[in-house]
Amino acid sequence: MLGFGKKNQSPSSRDMAVGRLKMVLPADRVDGASQMLEMMKKDMLEVIRKYVEIDENDFDIQICPPSGGNDSPDSRIKADIPIKNVRRRR
Amino acid sequence: MSEVFVITSGKGGVGKTTTTANIGTGLASHSKKVVMVDADIGLRNLDVVMGLENRIVFDLVDVVEGNCRLKQALIRDKTFSNLFLLPTAQTKDKSAVSPEQMRKLCAQLREDFDYILIDCPAGIEQGFKNAIAGADKAIVVTTPEISAVRDADRIIGMIEASELPPPLMILNRIKPEMVLRGDMMTLEDVSEILAIDVLGIVPDDESIIISSNKGEPCVLDSKSLAGQAYRDITRRILGESVPLMDLYKSDGFLNKIKNFFSR
Repeated sequence: MLGFGKKNQSPSSRDMAVGRLKMVLPADRVDGASQMLEMMKKDMLEVIRKYVEIDENDFDIQICPPSGGNDSPDSRIKADIPIKNVRRRR
Repeated sequence: MSEVFVITSGKGGVGKTTTTANIGTGLASHSKKVVMVDADIGLRNLDVVMGLENRIVFDLVDVVEGNCRLKQALIRDKTFSNLFLLPTAQTKDKSAVSPEQMRKLCAQLREDFDYILIDCPAGIEQGFKNAIAGADKAIVVTTPEISAVRDADRIIGMIEASELPPPLMILNRIKPEMVLRGDMMTLEDVSEILAIDVLGIVPDDESIIISSNKGEPCVLDSKSLAGQAYRDITRRILGESVPLMDLYKSDGFLNKIKNFFSR
């Protein structure tokens, strides 16, 4: 009901607060996830080593925030793991 | 049977201690055996909010260090004989207590109390880790301000990473007139951003300051709107289904006229 006289040209400070939080919180959460990433890395190393030889120091894993465009609207995990040698399977 | 709640927020000054005092007093008014533990070592405050500052002999650190028995450190409330405060130490630092000691303390308190409320220090450091160590459930207090919501998000993340179930939120210091003119985030905004369930809303109310001036929690003041909000929260904790308070019904000139004619 109290809608009359409402200015439409500039966003309300409420909208600005909501918008700014929606920008800053995903970044905060990714920072907080770095510990989780280390644990994930440890587990992945264990699994991958069953099949191929890899060097722990070359193992690069990161969480990338959404780029904003339609191509990648979600955060994603990117891992880059050079293979030293493929194990011979019996 | 007993439940241990930790009242936390991340940001300081959003109303953790007031919330602890009011929920503790509210539960005691329903004849539950309640103890409130002030875990904010070095910044003792729950005692003054409860009006019990003159009765302190021993404190939390004395108990964990074995300088006294637990029962010697518990202070009985002025109004309710079934409500107790375990004050914090004013001169020690946060490292004086470990998470393991807090777990042991909570286990000991469970033997005698229905509800154990832990008033957590601000921040995400050792004090926070100590305060959540022995808890079953967490309550996150925040206000509709951008900094408080951001810090609440950090705390919620840390609670979820611990073994605790997802926390519940109390949104404190809502100013209905600011919400109506679009200058304050709504309950829906905050609960959606934080992806958290709501335990209660508390309006910004002068009676909070007046009641802490006196050392008498406003949950006992039948005329206080914030007091009503805390009475509702208390009943929800006890398992009743109580609708959220309508902060907008009697607000504004037009509604006052409408209410006048509809009488």
